[in-house]
Amino acid sequence: MDEALKELRDYISDALAGKVEAIEVAYDELMVTLRPDVLIAILNYLRDDQNCQFKQICDITAVDYPQRAERFEVVYNLMSHRYNQRIRLKVLCDEDEAVPSATGLFPGANWFEREVWDMYGIPFSDHPDLRRMLSDYGFEGHPLRKDFPLTGYVEVRYDEELKRVVYEPVKLVQDFRSFEFESPWEGMLQLPGDEKAESAEEAG
Amino acid sequence: MAETQIKPLTLNFGPQHPAAHGVLRLVLEMDGEVIERADPHVGLLHRGTEKLIEYKTYLQAVPYFDRLDYVAPMNQEHAYALAVEKLLGIEVPKRGQYIRVLFSEIGRVANHLLNITTFAIDVGAMTPILWGFEQREKLMEFYERVSGARLHAAYFRPGGVHQDLPAGLLDDIARFCETFPQVIDDFETLLTDNRIFRQRTVDIGVVTREEAYEWGFSGPVLRGSGVPWDLRRAQPYESYDDFDFDIPVGKNGDCFDRYLVRIEEMRQSVKIMQQCIQNIPPGPVQVTDNKIAPPKRGEMKRSMEALIHHFKLYTEGYHVPPGETYSVVEAPKGEFGVFLVSDGSNKPYKCKIRAPGFAHLAAMDFLCKGHMLADSVAILGSLDIVFGEVDR
Repeated sequence: MDEALKELRDYISDALAGKVEAIEVAYDELMVTLRPDVLIAILNYLRDDQNCQFKQICDITAVDYPQRAERFEVVYNLMSHRYNQRIRLKVLCDEDEAVPSATGLFPGANWFEREVWDMYGIPFSDHPDLRRMLSDYGFEGHPLRKDFPLTGYVEVRYDEELKRVVYEPVKLVQDFRSFEFESPWEGMLQLPGDEKAESAEEAG
Repeated sequence: MAETQIKPLTLNFGPQHPAAHGVLRLVLEMDGEVIERADPHVGLLHRGTEKLIEYKTYLQAVPYFDRLDYVAPMNQEHAYALAVEKLLGIEVPKRGQYIRVLFSEIGRVANHLLNITTFAIDVGAMTPILWGFEQREKLMEFYERVSGARLHAAYFRPGGVHQDLPAGLLDDIARFCETFPQVIDDFETLLTDNRIFRQRTVDIGVVTREEAYEWGFSGPVLRGSGVPWDLRRAQPYESYDDFDFDIPVGKNGDCFDRYLVRIEEMRQSVKIMQQCIQNIPPGPVQVTDNKIAPPKRGEMKRSMEALIHHFKLYTEGYHVPPGETYSVVEAPKGEFGVFLVSDGSNKPYKCKIRAPGFAHLAAMDFLCKGHMLADSVAILGSLDIVFGEVDR
């Protein structure tokens, strides 16, 4: 890890101690995990503090972990031109929980938040214009959730008789095939049967 | 006489309009000829790339990146390859890195050629597009010779590049580099001092430094506003440290400055390409670890192990250790980032694509407000929008 990043991590840890869940560095990238209620205060701090100056919002996205108690992680990537550093904020939130909108601090957050709402269905409170972004007019569901099927639910075609585009449930001529190639090649660290040898060794 | 309230006129611009640069539906609220509100509706080219990638192995995901910004496909693959390499903890051999730099710069020239010429045709100049596409064709030919495809190259793969350069290609690129600066000069005689072009672009769509930061601008649009920021210099990836090049910046942040920045960037790209050709080292072009890069064809004829490696690589693929990273490259349009989350399996758990055009288009309302209808076309042209990457 380079010196400047270490300094920044220590500086931010001192300032945010107790307010956030975790501060860690992995792959030379600084990550802060936090709760939605402190998000705006922390974004504000990171933007305006003399030693941070994360003035540019690069990206907002989310990751869906259906097996977790709090299902979503909303991810903010910020950049500081002044100090040439990047930081990643991860906001833990549940399915029906709203995340405060960052549009007031960064106007550029507007579309990114709309996209997250569209793709994951995470609502942003106080967003000026939370419409769908990428999906079709009148689309239902949130496509990037892990429980949304790859093929979707409806398909469109032009109907010659009705003279318009019609929506129909997806009909697959062949079932969707998911190829599982997981094998002992390198995916499995322990080959089936090896555990017996180990327990035999332990038994002596 | 009593004043009557006039309802603003709503104008639908696109989705099928030659100046919309693809499928942009721009809903404009007009007060006479002046734009009061611009509301871009995007997503007409949405193909669900990010969802599809979650169902493909790491290698199978590469071609999706060609289909984002199809004007400079290899630059997108580059960001993805860097992200996967970071998680795998591998480093590409020097020759592979130089080839990547060379083709990234070819992509940059190809992109700027398309942008400048279509921008010119939007504001009324016909000739540049005819001249520009002649040059662009030569660049596409280089793409074809190295990867077999003009557009969907799938050439930058995690671990290096797919194949070494064919014989004679470097000489031909060197010849192109000699003649091309003259073509840039010719463009400038047509556009830079052209009165009509200046009237259409100077002081149109002005962005200040601070505004550029807060809207998340990057690339030529940010540099046009006077910020000397280039990821190739600020956060060097690949071998960009070894090269000597300048970063052009604008003064006023208007459409004309963004055009000038792109013109100068093409010159700098040619400079980088020439240095690349001169100093390219010999050696392998991808990592020699057969768990990530496929073995040589000849080896597979004799070695059982090589055959197994080949089979496993193209069915199961490699497993990437759990972790997450946000990797960026300076794509021709700006900061192109890939946020990759791996859960340790052979498929990405999540792959978010950060397209520069998306952030630029988000500012369309802010940029167009108070301008005339015809200026919205100039602003759109100067932002360099390609819908493949905006809609994903």
